[in-house]
Amino acid sequence: MSDQQLTCEELVEIVTEYLEGGLSDAERERFEEHVVVCSGCANYLDQIRMTIELAGRVTIDDLMEETKIELLAAFRDWRRE
Amino acid sequence: MDAPEARYAPPPGQAAIVEALKRGDERTFSGLVAEFSPSMLRVARTYVSSRAVAEEVVQEAWLGVISGIGRFEGRSALKTWIFRILANIAKTRGEREGRSVPFSSVGGREGEGEAAVDPDRFLDAGRWAGHWTSAPSRWPELPEEQLVGREKVGVVEAAIAALPEVQRTVITLRDVEGWSSEEVRNALDLSETNQRVLLHRARSKVRKSLEGYLDGVQT
Ligand SMILES: [Zn+2]
Repeated sequence: MSDQQLTCEELVEIVTEYLEGGLSDAERERFEEHVVVCSGCANYLDQIRMTIELAGRVTIDDLMEETKIELLAAFRDWRRE
Repeated sequence: MDAPEARYAPPPGQAAIVEALKRGDERTFSGLVAEFSPSMLRVARTYVSSRAVAEEVVQEAWLGVISGIGRFEGRSALKTWIFRILANIAKTRGEREGRSVPFSSVGGREGEGEAAVDPDRFLDAGRWAGHWTSAPSRWPELPEEQLVGREKVGVVEAAIAALPEVQRTVITLRDVEGWSSEEVRNALDLSETNQRVLLHRARSKVRKSLEGYLDGVQT
């Protein structure tokens, strides 16, 4: 298995599996060997990591204030019962 | 009964939170609403037709949490339990709207047949077939401060917003909200492979948008 080289085109399709820890030991080794010698793929891996980090800085849509107020009122009513 | 939940140990601090909820502690309740509602809205949005209906679904789910908390025995994570209530309500609502369940049917296919990177970026013949024609560049390091790099975050935000619904939910829960893959699989009822494929397609597309912005590469 490991004598067959991974191409860049193949590598970009398993990068998530690599980051998720889903590759077998042999596959992981092949992946890492490629990244050591291929600066394009090393950059690609960094870019994916940076994408993940930037996503972590996004804020997402929240409930409207009125809904939160109504929910708190419902919680109070329930407590009183 | 050898269900996985039978051996489940709740996260530290959960018992105190559940006790406080049962006691009627408002601060605890508001804290949970603030913490989980954005993710709940996103999950609901994959089942129902509009933002407005998703808001109603989340509200209804919280009312379900209030009326059910007395019976919650802590055999699963509180989060899991809350998202199960949410999913049930969202599914029912979606069916009433005539929408099909997104995950088992569409969700699996949402990511199929798309390349992470445009095939034109790779050589298609010769000894170096499958290698980069124009290699990805080295991006500048991100600054530590949250405020710098705001435009890049804006690009990511817009790219996530443009994703198909299920991919958008998976990347939002995983990378925006920081959930584990197991939590996402449970909340969305996805297989391990499906979850990974959806996350992969989503991250690949967001990276591509960033590349377009940072390097001026056509996307
Ligand atoms: Zn490469």
